[in-house]
Amino acid sequence: MVKGLEILDFKKQLEAQDTEFPTLEVLNNDGKLVDQALFDDAGISDEDLVNIMQRMIKQYVLNERSTKLAKQGRLGFVAPTRGQEASQSATSYAFNDDDFLMPGYRDIPQMIHKGFPIYKAFLWSRGHQIGNEMGDVKTWFPQIIIGAQFVQAAGIALGMKMRGKKSVAYTYTGDGGSSQGDTYEGMNTAGAYKANAVFFIQNNGFAISTPRNLQSAAPHLASKGWGAGIPSIVVDGMDALACYIAAKKAREWAVSGNGPVLIETLCDRLEPHSMSGDDPLRYRTKEDIEEWYKKDPLIRMRIFLEAKGLWSSDIEEKYIAEINSEIDDAVKQADNVPKQKVSDFIKNTLENPGYIMEEQIKKFEGEGK
Amino acid sequence: MAVKTYIAAITEALDLALERDENVLVFGEDVGENGGVFRATEGLNAKYGKDRVFNTPLAESAIGGMAIGLATEDFRPVMEIQFFGFIFEVMDSIAAQMARNRFRFSSTKQFPIVVRSPYGGGTHTPEMHADNLEGLMAQTPGLRVVMPSNPADAKGLLLASIESNDPVIFLENLKLYRSIKAEVPEGYYTTPLDKAAVAREGSDITVVTYGGMVGNCLKAAENLEKEGISVEVIDLRTVSPIDVETIGKSVEKTGRVVVAQEAQRQAGIASNIMAEISERFILSLKAPIGRVSAPDSVYPFSMAENDWLPQVDDVVAKVKEIVEYD
Ligand SMILES: Cc1ncc(C[n+]2csc(CCOP(=O)(O)OP(=O)(O)O)c2C)c(N)n1
Repeated sequence: MVKGLEILDFKKQLEAQDTEFPTLEVLNNDGKLVDQALFDDAGISDEDLVNIMQRMIKQYVLNERSTKLAKQGRLGFVAPTRGQEASQSATSYAFNDDDFLMPGYRDIPQMIHKGFPIYKAFLWSRGHQIGNEMGDVKTWFPQIIIGAQFVQAAGIALGMKMRGKKSVAYTYTGDGGSSQGDTYEGMNTAGAYKANAVFFIQNNGFAISTPRNLQSAAPHLASKGWGAGIPSIVVDGMDALACYIAAKKAREWAVSGNGPVLIETLCDRLEPHSMSGDDPLRYRTKEDIEEWYKKDPLIRMRIFLEAKGLWSSDIEEKYIAEINSEIDDAVKQADNVPKQKVSDFIKNTLENPGYIMEEQIKKFEGEGK
Repeated sequence: MAVKTYIAAITEALDLALERDENVLVFGEDVGENGGVFRATEGLNAKYGKDRVFNTPLAESAIGGMAIGLATEDFRPVMEIQFFGFIFEVMDSIAAQMARNRFRFSSTKQFPIVVRSPYGGGTHTPEMHADNLEGLMAQTPGLRVVMPSNPADAKGLLLASIESNDPVIFLENLKLYRSIKAEVPEGYYTTPLDKAAVAREGSDITVVTYGGMVGNCLKAAENLEKEGISVEVIDLRTVSPIDVETIGKSVEKTGRVVVAQEAQRQAGIASNIMAEISERFILSLKAPIGRVSAPDSVYPFSMAENDWLPQVDDVVAKVKEIVEYD
């Protein structure tokens, strides 16, 4: 076929889109390596492997406890993370303390791994301002406005580059979030400046009730990064090793001044969208959820580590007990934090409040609020 | 008449509008099979099909722009913004585009768009979900801002908004959705836009209010009656443009006014109402105009909402202050 006709062959182009983004896989559903070469090349130590498993289990236990506490009315907003252990915990293991995390509302586990205290995460959930005090931990509060974290991450990444820092900004959104203008603008701007950023689209199949295929006609959400001119890949988001290795390579690329990378992780949010009244069975089937459980990232990793003699049910039980007691302490600590004051809200709104707000501060202080 | 919740009245209005005019389209995030996160569109997708009641991608700017485009193709879009705090994502479509389009086209084109969205606090939602941003909308010429306070109005005003050939920002109070039930007339009817209602008659003082605050003011009026103070409560229903005639009649009768809103003092509608009353009816006033509002902080996260939001007692105290003023 002559060149011009080929360019104008729209059907062919559509078909090609599907083949451009093969899924990166390292560990299969049975916990066996399917890509030995990649695993060897990544040079992951046994200690790293155990740490990744521990992070995923910590996320798992935190989710169990948080969803229970939410049901008891002891937490406010809770977005379950079951099924996303590899996509969240294993990817975030690739980053350093100096790297800046810009989390979405479901990305609490990554914040905790970075050193954000669990009791503060509980306070955030309850709507207490102390839950937004990050201290020295390089993270923001979990962003509610979907897409905003992508544009902000681009700015942090550019700032790091301008300051000559050897660190990156990394940020997460969902398949729904990939439809936001800000998500594209963030990737595009970071790309234009070759800023030190790593972007994640966690494609867990649903944005509340809206299925992935209604978000975009693009067969792969990763292709959205191509529009911004940045390397973009699809990863098995239930495969901890693939998630970790992809994130590590992306970080290396970005931190070396090459510009950002986009990673789409294919995973499932096995539980409701949030604990505030969402019923997944209104928009998906039980069978579909069960199919996804067969890809459970924890089981795959457990089988793999057990075969290497790095993990056992005893180790796991002991570790779970440790986390549970850490969470017990966090609940107590959160419960002991004093009630918020209206006068503090006003004080926190502007550095110099001015006459009318000063008047309001005095009024509420007088009422003990 | 059947007794209905505020949200059921809204669903019924959407149902009637879809039935009556095939150009009416209902869309937004999760409004399809799931019936919306609050179930305001429950059953409509099944009844009218996914070409008329449909989910959109998670992209508010696109929802607003699409509404403008669909209106250009002679549809009557009823778009939903899932929570009013997300309105900033679509401000260009609303404030810079749809609000100006009648003017731009010299009234040769219509933009019969309704932007439905839940607003207001006190339900412990996460940050950016509850917020009183009606002032931002009301300051934009070219938009009509409607804020019903009860189920019957919610239905009638929504049907009138869908009939309107101008863009309407239709704000549904989150707390009222399921907390109140009242009689709602059967069948199709409209409640006129731009007309305030006298929600309660009284002779000593006028309380001008709207939306979620109306219930609090009616409760305050009941309490004050026991103390011998007769309060007239004006429910604005449409907060932009404002029905100054109804307000004026009441102010001339009582000579005293309190304006009450859920929004912060510097936000909301109160300052505009106070300005209109001062300019037009100052000679009828026997006391300064009182104001009840939330303080001027950023909207706080859920936990301390009830200390922060104005309550019935705040209205009672302010009314007494103005009534006692000599
Ligand atoms: C700008 C904006 N619009 C709408 C919402 C309401 N909302 C919260 S989560 C959500 C779905 C998000 O889906 P996705 O991005 O796929 O992430 P997931 O929840 O699946 O992790 C929506 C519509 C919001 N928080 N921000």
